[in-house]
Amino acid sequence: MLTLMKPLTSFTIEMLHFLGGIGYLTRDIFRELFKSRIYWRLLIEQIYQVGMRSAPLIVVTAVSVGMVMSLQFGLGLEKFGGKMYVPKLLAVTILREMGPMFTSLMLAARVGAGIASEIGSMVVTQQIDAIRALGTSPIRKIVLPRVLACLIALPILCAVTNIVANAGGLIIGAVELKLDPGFYLLKVLSTSNVSDYLSGFGKTFFFALFIAIPACYFGLNVKNGTKEVGIATTKAVVVSSILILVGDFFISKVFWMVEKLL
Amino acid sequence: MKHKEQQPEQPTEAPQSYIEVIDFHKSFGEKKVHDGVSFYVRKGECLGLIGGSGTGKSVLLRTLVGLEKPDQGKVMVDGIDIGPMNERQLIDIRKKVAYAFQGGALFDSMTVYENLAYPLREHFQLSEKEISDQILSQLEEFGLDSGTHRLFPGSLSGGMQKRVGLARAMMMHPEVVLYDEPTAGLDPYNTKKIQESILKLKAKGVTSILVTHDMPTVYAVCDKVALLQNGRISEQYTIDKLKQEPSGAMTEFINGESA
Repeated sequence: MLTLMKPLTSFTIEMLHFLGGIGYLTRDIFRELFKSRIYWRLLIEQIYQVGMRSAPLIVVTAVSVGMVMSLQFGLGLEKFGGKMYVPKLLAVTILREMGPMFTSLMLAARVGAGIASEIGSMVVTQQIDAIRALGTSPIRKIVLPRVLACLIALPILCAVTNIVANAGGLIIGAVELKLDPGFYLLKVLSTSNVSDYLSGFGKTFFFALFIAIPACYFGLNVKNGTKEVGIATTKAVVVSSILILVGDFFISKVFWMVEKLL
Repeated sequence: MKHKEQQPEQPTEAPQSYIEVIDFHKSFGEKKVHDGVSFYVRKGECLGLIGGSGTGKSVLLRTLVGLEKPDQGKVMVDGIDIGPMNERQLIDIRKKVAYAFQGGALFDSMTVYENLAYPLREHFQLSEKEISDQILSQLEEFGLDSGTHRLFPGSLSGGMQKRVGLARAMMMHPEVVLYDEPTAGLDPYNTKKIQESILKLKAKGVTSILVTHDMPTVYAVCDKVALLQNGRISEQYTIDKLKQEPSGAMTEFINGESA
């Protein structure tokens, strides 16, 4: 019993540390956001890093996801003569779930890892201490531009995913399922509505925070040299991915309740 | 130069000591590193802080600029206890107290020019021409070629990185400079260059604390030297006294007879 209690206790303490640390960091981010000036040049640089440099990866992933889903839906529905429902199903699934989810997971892997390792390396080489020792704030200079860049870039990348994934679905719909491209496009546009789009789009703001804040937190908390930079990077990606996957259910539930009210 | 933020209120009567550490305690987990450290440094003085590896010299130095918090005791800078201050309150202290990091701690994504411009852009309202003039004169002051400003830190030698780090720390014209092993790992030429820079600053009246294992540098630039041992300042002498009457734990430490 005691052998079981020890790791459980240390896990609980680590979780409380993590939650407290994330809470403090989030407070500091919002405090700096409203109290201090924003480094526009750094923000634009980060938007480029997060958005533009992730775009090829996102496009490749999106088109693959769209094509695979179209193929699977087509194969499944063909047995029941429901091939014509593929455009509708695919569009709604991508707009509401798969678009924001896949974009966020890809960004967590690429950008979250990048942020955690970059900040971790800055801690190890005392650059974060230097920022503080020069009378400036690492939250304002390092964390805030990265968080804002994720908040700006992720919804845009998600919009790209939505378009590209549906295009991928259309290609397979036309080539493999022998659906007329005009019919496919018409079905996509007529059956998916603004609330489908907003439901997915709204999630991306939460997902952006789920990626950027843990990545910054783990990066800033690197303590014992370069070995811990790797550990921090892994933790950032794992925690962000879990937050995105678990958080998605709760956010979807809230959005669904709001939609019902409206 | 126009300061963006107001200076904190100064005590009406200047205290004799500019930096004073009183009964300083600090632990990391179970390990007690400092157990009642006390010392002071007068304005314009240079204190050499020596001691074995892991005795907490750098931690003490970091505490003097607010990078670490004391568990117990007071850390006074210009009559103000900086221990309880938060990051915002520490900004004014950090304008007065510069920290020269062991490896320079230069921002590797910025050129030397950008590194030196950083504190000026943050704290002063200066034109780009004024910033450029100050950077070029600072590089000259620290014996660095004017072409150095275009380079990234990664392409500089260790000695040059340390000198650029020192130059960056001096951009705000601080009253105190804290040197963390400024000559560690340097060749005799670069060591001499660093010593010259420290002496130049001392001549300008800058108060300094030098953490080092390099005794020739201590003899060359310091006014007094303190030995940190077993969590306390075990001995403290003026350099003249140490040279004239070498005895006790400090001499044993210098001669490598004790840790």
